[in-house]
Amino acid sequence: MFSNNDVLETIAMVQEEHLDIRTITMGLSLLSCIRDTAEETARKVYDLVCTKAERIVKTAQELSGEYGIPIVNKRVSVTPVSLLCAAFPHKAPLIGKALDDAAERLGIDFLGGYSALVQKSTAEYERTFIRTIPEVLATTKRLCSSVNVGSTKTGINMEAVKMMGEVFKEAASLTKDADGIGAAKLVAFCNAVEDNPFMAGAFHGVGEADVVVNVGVSGPGVVKHALEKIPEADLTEAAEMIKRTAFKITRAGQLVAKEAAKRLNAQFGIVDLSLAPTPAIGDSVAQILEELGVEYVGGHGTTAALAMLNDAVKKGGVMASSRVGGLSGAFIPVSEDIGMIRAAEAGRITLDKLEAMTCVCSVGLDMIAIPGDTPATTIAAMIADEAAIGMINNKTTAVRIIPAPGKKVGDEVSFGGLLGRAPVMPVHACDSSRLINRGGNIPAPIHSFKN
Amino acid sequence: MRAVVTVTGKDKKGIIAKVSTFLAERGVNIEDISQTILSEYFAMIMIVEISSAAKELSVLAEECAELGKQIGMTIYMQHEDIFNAMHNI
Repeated sequence: MFSNNDVLETIAMVQEEHLDIRTITMGLSLLSCIRDTAEETARKVYDLVCTKAERIVKTAQELSGEYGIPIVNKRVSVTPVSLLCAAFPHKAPLIGKALDDAAERLGIDFLGGYSALVQKSTAEYERTFIRTIPEVLATTKRLCSSVNVGSTKTGINMEAVKMMGEVFKEAASLTKDADGIGAAKLVAFCNAVEDNPFMAGAFHGVGEADVVVNVGVSGPGVVKHALEKIPEADLTEAAEMIKRTAFKITRAGQLVAKEAAKRLNAQFGIVDLSLAPTPAIGDSVAQILEELGVEYVGGHGTTAALAMLNDAVKKGGVMASSRVGGLSGAFIPVSEDIGMIRAAEAGRITLDKLEAMTCVCSVGLDMIAIPGDTPATTIAAMIADEAAIGMINNKTTAVRIIPAPGKKVGDEVSFGGLLGRAPVMPVHACDSSRLINRGGNIPAPIHSFKN
Repeated sequence: MRAVVTVTGKDKKGIIAKVSTFLAERGVNIEDISQTILSEYFAMIMIVEISSAAKELSVLAEECAELGKQIGMTIYMQHEDIFNAMHNI
């Protein structure tokens, strides 16, 4: 049984500290939709998504009402679309349109999976598919796209890395009237996970069941508040406090995930225990790092504080859920975190420090605006750097970077909502084109040979 | 099915009477009740049984929130499982 204090603590977490279920994401296998033509396939895709996910929004509202915890986003992830289009890759945009239409009809905020997995090398149909991404992101609203360009097991596909530099540029330039939002719906991964409920990188892996419910929980504000209560504690105690808090947050996620799966007639997949910030004050990962004692995020000590936070969140969460997966850890998106935005505006955090932080956080360079005239090869080189960190360290890394069209350092991009706003940050003027144009593969590291 | 009703706010007369009448009218049975007052701040926690209630929990929760607004308090009704999950191993 629980005590009165427990009840009041939970209510305070929701009311004052922004505890929420960040997303209920239904993963759907679309392999059964493949037909002879793109048109027929698109029709089947639309029907399947609309049927299987029909009740996701209503169910989330019911659960939110019953448990008294907000469920912020309702989402769907699907089988990487490139696999559905191998026979007609140039017509992949038809599938993209069908998915976006289905998302609109369901009333969900994002649908992920306009994706390709090319971590070792690029098949001809994948090459054609990847080239369709910018146009599709410019002509759809809710669709998200991701490409896995490397893994610890396969090394890094540098042809794909080069292509993704160009794809980011084009995705931003085709959406220049909206600050390049196309690029904000696109992720380049290394070691992509198949059960990630968070956008823009969610897709439904081929090793998954037909219909799966994955849940992402969040609560940077809850962790910060818990740390505020022990300002003099040493870091061992602080780590314990984070673990305990992560445990409670994840238990709420586990409860909602199991119940949602039951009601939606789906398999319970995983709980992703990520600290995902929002632009709201008090819902910031950067401010946790500052509460731990770094004067401002980006200063010396930031990486150490983040490493501890990320690990403690995982440890608390793993104990709290029967199945943990996804990305699980602390996210450090710049535009979606008020502490990061302020540090970037003041020039206190740089791309180099962010890159260092991605060695110990759960993902990578996330929601960072850079000058619109940054060469594609420089963006590709950033992707290569991130992929290398992921490959060598056996972790997921990602790049979601926005080369803001027509903007330069000091300007701002604004996407609204959860995607937030970000100052344009400087990149090194160094020319990396010779490295990128070499092509080929960066071979898998020696420690990947474990058989 | 059991739920937890939490009423918080500045202390005033008749809070328990209003909330318990409201619950009784909807077929909600109060099983346990505890209240504390800390420097004029009122906090009441009720364990209620809602299996024979006239409406679903999510609807009752909304109506509780509405009653709270009317009487100048904050009222939540939540499934007890959320507290069991978060505070028990």
